[in-house]
Amino acid sequence: MSIDPRVVKDELIQIYPKKLRQKRSEQIVVTEHREDSSVPEIKANVRSSPGIITQRGCTYAGCKGVVIGPSRDILSLVHGPIGCSFYAWLTRRNQTRPESPEAQNFINYCLSTDMQDENIVFGGEKKLKVAVREAFQLFHPKAIAIFSTCPVGLIGDDVHAVAREMKAELGINVFGFSCEGYRGVSQSAGHHIANNGLFKHIIGLNETPHDEKFKVNLLGEYNIGGDGFVLENILTRCGIKQISTFSGNSTYDTMANSHTADLNLVMCHRSINYVAEMMEKRFGIPWMKVNFIGADSSAKSLRKIAEYFDDAELTARVEEVIAEEMAIVEATRATVKARCQGKTAMLFVGGSRAHHYQMLFTEIGMKTIAAGYEFGHRDDYEGRKVLPGLKVDADSRNIEEIEVVPDPERYRPRRTPEQLAKIEGLTEMEFRDYIGMMPEMDEDTLVIDDLSHHETERLLEIYRPDIFCAGIKEKYAVQKMGIPCKQLHSYDYGGPYAGFKGAINFFNDIDRMVNMKIWSYVNPPWQAKPEQRAEVAAD
Amino acid sequence: MARRSIAIYGKGGIGKSTTTQNTVAALAEMGKKIMVVGCDPKADSTRLLLGGLAQKTVLDTLRDEGDEVDLDDVRRPGYGNVHCTESGGPEPGVGCAGRGIITSINLLEQLGAYNEELDYVFYDVLGDVVCGGFAMPMREGKAQEIYIVCSGEMMAMYAANNISKGIVKFAQAGGVRLGGIICNSRKVDNELEMISEFARKLGTKMIHFVPRDNDVQRAEINRKTVIEWRPDCPQADEYRKLARAIDQNDLFVIPKPLEIETLEKLLIDFGLVDGVAPGTAVVA
Repeated sequence: MSIDPRVVKDELIQIYPKKLRQKRSEQIVVTEHREDSSVPEIKANVRSSPGIITQRGCTYAGCKGVVIGPSRDILSLVHGPIGCSFYAWLTRRNQTRPESPEAQNFINYCLSTDMQDENIVFGGEKKLKVAVREAFQLFHPKAIAIFSTCPVGLIGDDVHAVAREMKAELGINVFGFSCEGYRGVSQSAGHHIANNGLFKHIIGLNETPHDEKFKVNLLGEYNIGGDGFVLENILTRCGIKQISTFSGNSTYDTMANSHTADLNLVMCHRSINYVAEMMEKRFGIPWMKVNFIGADSSAKSLRKIAEYFDDAELTARVEEVIAEEMAIVEATRATVKARCQGKTAMLFVGGSRAHHYQMLFTEIGMKTIAAGYEFGHRDDYEGRKVLPGLKVDADSRNIEEIEVVPDPERYRPRRTPEQLAKIEGLTEMEFRDYIGMMPEMDEDTLVIDDLSHHETERLLEIYRPDIFCAGIKEKYAVQKMGIPCKQLHSYDYGGPYAGFKGAINFFNDIDRMVNMKIWSYVNPPWQAKPEQRAEVAAD
Repeated sequence: MARRSIAIYGKGGIGKSTTTQNTVAALAEMGKKIMVVGCDPKADSTRLLLGGLAQKTVLDTLRDEGDEVDLDDVRRPGYGNVHCTESGGPEPGVGCAGRGIITSINLLEQLGAYNEELDYVFYDVLGDVVCGGFAMPMREGKAQEIYIVCSGEMMAMYAANNISKGIVKFAQAGGVRLGGIICNSRKVDNELEMISEFARKLGTKMIHFVPRDNDVQRAEINRKTVIEWRPDCPQADEYRKLARAIDQNDLFVIPKPLEIETLEKLLIDFGLVDGVAPGTAVVA
């Protein structure tokens, strides 16, 4: 591609007023690979500017929708007017599969206190208590999680006090989240709040021991479209015991038991790294960044796990599984690649997905020409090495930072210092580390944080990529411009896309989308008659 | 005569409710038809007119009766046939009292409380304007005239100045105006002169200086205004003067709130702070 990304950057921001132009110019960078392996600095996790039509969601969305909601038997009760609950109902396609027909599964329910004017004026705590009792009588869950939406914070209902009272009264675990939508610059604040809650109220409460030799938790995997099922199958065949997942298809008991694992695997760094860090400090369980999106990435991640456990039998089994799976992947990959080679993609989604999914495109010969996160932080772009230099701003200070000390009885280093030194010495391990998105991208590629709608349109007009990956809010605006849009939050109606089988599904879906002729037939009226477009704008 | 809608603001504890009810009683004595809307969750804005806390609040009624609320459920006649209503609200530290006032005034409107022949509607508003709900009487022209109850005490003047800032905001959008400062004396040195000057600087006037008199207390213990309790006492005449001044008032302004330095200088110039030379910063 002969378009100069630096010229494109100037073109994207030239329409903005001066201050916004300055801000956006720091949020749009062009990748370069320097000799000292550093990457350019990007401004991220800052407030969205009014009017840009951000892709972002709210703090409540991050807490309930992303992190806690996908669990199977924690009853999620939303304290607030009904809309926040209704519009977050099953929208992310998190799947569950109870071990038996009788086992509890609350994923398809939508519970809310449905606050009315009266509850705002006189306070909603009484109504919340009634709702908790009612939910308990109906479902008898092991745990109830209460999520606060915006008005709850404004009127000062103490959901934590209610949770404590209900916990004592009902004899089950009840805990609250102060995850009001406005608490952070994006859903990212909600992830942190959810992580704190998992750590304070659940992790470490179940001491059931396990005899298996290789025990892991899978963190930041939400079983969208069934991703988690694929990964569980792979790990099980390798002989690796998955104690718990945070949080796709997970149960309260397994989460409470997760401190018995010997390694935490972190998929979505942005949404779950806080739990990984806290579990290492309190229990001595190290964590490692993995990526099961893409066949090559999956193979690499499995090998990293084998390296950590450093066991010949495990390594052999891992290689066996990789060989089996790769043989099947290769057949599809070869045919799809023949049709997709040289096509281009843009990814603007998530806090990890815009990175992970580039691997899948690479595997079928497609090039990522621009990418960015909705709610990522600088470490998600540039790697965790920038963390010590990050300044904590007022928005982040709003969120509790838990002081964690080693558990006097249960802290147990999982590896000897010699073993750790050896693991850390291996290349590409990403042990307690995440190298970030930018170092893995080609030189001279656009990286844009918190993409605006104007920038979306200009990018599509300038580059005409073969596919654009984002979410539901962007999907139809993009497709009206004649470019297919793949949702990477919900996978549209597809998936699973994780692991080897998931890669095959993704290759086939992308093949269908980028090679489908229908997009070249899209001929909206304003293309033939530009004045109609002007009329629409004038209205 | 067109109906006049008046809101009384001022620092908490300054005597808004007492001043409002005594003034209303004096206006009623003059034959005016009046409604008082208490906008304080404590619901004590009509106590002296009704002879006790006899009023069920609008919000409590709304909660108990649901949609089936009649005007008579939330409005009672008090002294001089004054219509008395109380918004009510949550207990301290719970819920949102401001939202309650919005709900309450909307309900009174729906019920037609404002459709009747009235010369005056008085809104007695809680303390400072802490949030949007407490500004409700000023918004959308619910109240056209504001009187601020003030004394020569520094914090009362700070509060009055802040309320003036609120009036400026709503004056531009909704046409509300400041009608004057009511000085409810605390027997501060040079109080009359200082508040007159303060009012002048705000662009308004001190509409009346109400002296301190224990008869007000005595009347309150008897759950009455002084007008009702002892119509011939000197303090009753003070409230009659205030009522007449309001009734005849024709100076309605958009106030010019003072810079904090100007306000502090005023306090120094009138000798409130002993031993501080004019021009020296005051440590509050």
